[in-house]
Amino acid sequence: MNEISQKPMDREALLTIRDVERIFGGGRKLFGGHLPAVHAVQGLSLDVKKGETLGVVGESGCGKSTLARLVVGLDLPTSGSITFNGEDLAALAKKDRNALSRKVQYVFQDPVASLNPRKTIRTILEAPLKHLTDLNADRREARLAELLQAVNLAPEFLERYPHEFSGGQAQRIGIARALAAGPELIVLDEPVSALDVSVQAQVLNLLDKLKDDFGLTYIFISHDLSVVESVSDRVAVMYFGRMAELGPAREIFRHPLHPYTDLLMRSAPAPGRHDLMSEDASAELPDPYNPPKGCAFAARCAHRTDICVAGKPAPDEATGGNDHIAACYHPLGKA
Amino acid sequence: MTDTTMSAPSRPASKSSRPGTLALLLNNTLATSGLVVLVLICLIALAAPILPLEDPDVTAPANRLLPVFAEGHLLGTDHLGRDILSRLIWGTRVSLAVGLSATIIAAFFGSLLGLVAGYAGGRTDTLIMRGIDMVMAFPYILLALAIVAVLGPGLLNALYAIALVNIPFFARNIRGITLGLSRREFVDAARLSGKSPVQILFLEILPNVLPVIVITMSTTVGWMILETAGLSFLGLGAQPPQADLGSMLGEGRKILFTAPHVSIIPGLMIFALVMSINLFGDGVRDILDPRLRAGSLTRPVSRTAVHRKADDIPSPSEKGGVLDVRQMRTEFEIGSSVYKAVGGVDLNLKEGECLGIVGESGSGKSVTAMSIMGLVPTPPGRIAGGAAYLDGEDLFAASDRRIRDLRGGSVAYVFQDPLSTLHPLFTVGDQLTEAITTHRPLSGSKAREKAIELLSLVRIPNAKERLSAYPHELSGGMRQRVCIAMALANDAKVLIADEPTTALDVTVQSQILTLMNGLRRERNAAILFITHDFGVVSALCDRVAVMYAGRIVETGTTEEVLANPRHPYTAKLIECVPVLGEPERRLDAIEGRPPVVNNLPEGCAFAARCPHAQAACRAGEIELEMSSDTRGVRCLFPLNSGAAV
Ligand SMILES: Nc1ncnc2c1ncn2[C@@H]1O[C@H](COP(=O)(O)OP(=O)(O)OP(=O)(O)O)[C@@H](O)[C@H]1O
Ligand code: SF4
Ligand code: SF4
Ligand SMILES: [Mg+2]
Repeated sequence: MNEISQKPMDREALLTIRDVERIFGGGRKLFGGHLPAVHAVQGLSLDVKKGETLGVVGESGCGKSTLARLVVGLDLPTSGSITFNGEDLAALAKKDRNALSRKVQYVFQDPVASLNPRKTIRTILEAPLKHLTDLNADRREARLAELLQAVNLAPEFLERYPHEFSGGQAQRIGIARALAAGPELIVLDEPVSALDVSVQAQVLNLLDKLKDDFGLTYIFISHDLSVVESVSDRVAVMYFGRMAELGPAREIFRHPLHPYTDLLMRSAPAPGRHDLMSEDASAELPDPYNPPKGCAFAARCAHRTDICVAGKPAPDEATGGNDHIAACYHPLGKA
Repeated sequence: MTDTTMSAPSRPASKSSRPGTLALLLNNTLATSGLVVLVLICLIALAAPILPLEDPDVTAPANRLLPVFAEGHLLGTDHLGRDILSRLIWGTRVSLAVGLSATIIAAFFGSLLGLVAGYAGGRTDTLIMRGIDMVMAFPYILLALAIVAVLGPGLLNALYAIALVNIPFFARNIRGITLGLSRREFVDAARLSGKSPVQILFLEILPNVLPVIVITMSTTVGWMILETAGLSFLGLGAQPPQADLGSMLGEGRKILFTAPHVSIIPGLMIFALVMSINLFGDGVRDILDPRLRAGSLTRPVSRTAVHRKADDIPSPSEKGGVLDVRQMRTEFEIGSSVYKAVGGVDLNLKEGECLGIVGESGSGKSVTAMSIMGLVPTPPGRIAGGAAYLDGEDLFAASDRRIRDLRGGSVAYVFQDPLSTLHPLFTVGDQLTEAITTHRPLSGSKAREKAIELLSLVRIPNAKERLSAYPHELSGGMRQRVCIAMALANDAKVLIADEPTTALDVTVQSQILTLMNGLRRERNAAILFITHDFGVVSALCDRVAVMYAGRIVETGTTEEVLANPRHPYTAKLIECVPVLGEPERRLDAIEGRPPVVNNLPEGCAFAARCPHAQAACRAGEIELEMSSDTRGVRCLFPLNSGAAV
């Protein structure tokens, strides 16, 4: 088992993230001294395999969106490497942004805010076709019709402005824009959390269909475990900028190794469930400006021992079956 | 946002009923009178060449200092015998032209600098902004004087000087806006669409900044005219014999006591011009401000207006309870359409009971909650019927004073966004003690003790130290706990919580839910809990009411409704929630959208999306049929009705 988990390169990986770190701040002040630095993402390694949906869960501020922005090249890692199909992404982003945008696209959390309020939907959807593809005007027109068809929107919507749309419709437009240039990988950053449950189901079903139709690979970021479980093949749980647990979705949700994953699952409300797990109110997130030396979850963890506080567990400190790894010295179910 | 011209094929009719830009402007009397005066002055100034005026520069020493209404000189003559009326009109022309050109120059360069600085950020921004700061470090008029001193006096040079000293003003304003816009998601989206930085700046950001540039121009052009006049007054602007309002004033100053009209007339003109421009400019600003657009330009009052027929007030129900809402209807009147946000809602809450209201966005949950204590903004909102009884007292008939006492006293609210409830500049302790002392006369130290007690009640560690914390120093979950503590400050009988956990992480959400559950058991408070999440309802609520298009479509105990939903909408709504541990479950989406509440269909509002709809569903009122004390459904063909299967 261990062997597999250490050699994930064996399988066909579309995107490879190795030891990626992103530090914000930390520059020099005008008069000596350093500005405080925050490690938004730290020591992150993972692969995204062709054709899969990788779910990323974690609470606000755990670095999910930073990771997403790194993958689409909106931001560059402070250290470490991200490669897409063997090509270094940071180098590509510097050399030719548009080449990267042809392969990797992004769907935003707030569907309405991601559309320029002063542009018609046609202008918004035409932009990627104009700048990223070499289609002529006629072919672009045909492609627009195709895109709208793919996301289930009526063609007359093209001439309207974003504020005339509901959240679900706006998110379809955001998805159509991401699809426009025919990318291989789409990063979905909380694509449904601003939507109503009924609309959320519509969009999730749509994403599912598009994935099959266009052979896409997804990175699906969400704070909602039940949504992630229903869409993902594999899941990465993040805590405080690091990977807490990574593995096949089924494994993670049936037999979580990391106490944090377990806490998340037991806190999630579900219809018909009365007893929510609730921690002590004193449980606080660690201070990003003064990160703990050991496991970041230690302050909230019931299984904590001295080694937890002394040093950080490696991302694959604990292993389960099927490439299931967790950064914990005392994984659950393995007394 | 301004009303952009749109040519969408089937635009919703409701759009056009919104007041247009011009209509709004005309609604504002001050701005309109400013506009009228301004247009008048401009027309006269423009018509100067064709008006039968004397040459403004021809001197006639024989006619020196004729008074107002002199023969042939309506406004008299100045110390060189020139016709003042003619000089006034020609001078206004010059002043207007100079003021406008200076504004345009300043706006162009200032906005450009601001746009570039705000978008580029980093070093470019620092460089540009430090340069701007340097310009701003000099007193304004002194800088203009220095520039004119270098360039030499003259109208054109004065124009440059005025434009230059105003550039920082534009640059700073525009930079701020650009900075905010550059962080917006649509800019990232444009980058990912392959647009270059220049294209993004001028095609994506500029259109959004343009209204601000226009606003800034309209509010500064008046000052620029004044400043040009100032320079001319000092003899640095227009050179004799050219007339301009400032130089006329300057020339008249020497003979202020012998012939006051020579200086008073241009002075009045400057006043009228600047005043009208500023009034109009303020009007323009108010209209372009999107927040002021929706609710016309009237101030909302502190309590929702109540318009109900005196003979149509329902009496309290037999069930009693602390809070008893009967047939409550709340409407919004926007333009010519009426949105029936709440269309006859009945709610009943007993002590220690928690009732959940669930529904999609826009179903009227929040408006229901806010109507109870008159928190819906008027205009455009109003309570159009029904009653809300708090311990038998009709809240819609109570005096404003009584309502103020009850708000935060017997009835307390907790909203979704704790940051909007807490004032950012006061400590948590200050705000808590204020909440306590507005409702009862406690001494400072007593109130402080009580505040500490409340904070510990909501399980905030180190309550004493936290009193001196500012809201931004607390995490989202702690802030929400502080809001709950404030709501509990006066032993509220009814706690109305509008999605209090929606913005929070799951682990924090479960803490808050546990906390609220404990509080209602300990304090016997009734909770009205609004949410869109059936999971949250399960965790906390005894009973649940499902809302659709402003009405309750199903109600019952939480177990019953979840296990055995009878309204097709409830059933569908439950089906589309993904459930942890059941990844294979197909999410069954509800196709279509809820109806807009200004144009509700006859019969069942859900008919267009309902798989069981029949002809009968689309005609006539459908009542909420109560099958037991707590259970009811508003549907002609309810599901699982046993007999019907
Ligand atoms: N200030 C207002 N002016 C005009 N219309 C309003 C105003 N507030 C609410 N409405 C309208 O009233 C209806 C009900 O809105 P409400 O805010 O109660 O929905 P909700 O169920 O609370 O939705 P959400 O889940 O999004 O909070 C909507 O059609 C809304 O557009
Ligand atoms: S390493 Fe220790 S403290 Fe961290 S999660 Fe595992 S048991 Fe808990
Ligand atoms: S009344 Fe008719 S349309 Fe409405 S929910 Fe019931 S069956 Fe459906
Ligand atoms: Mg609401």
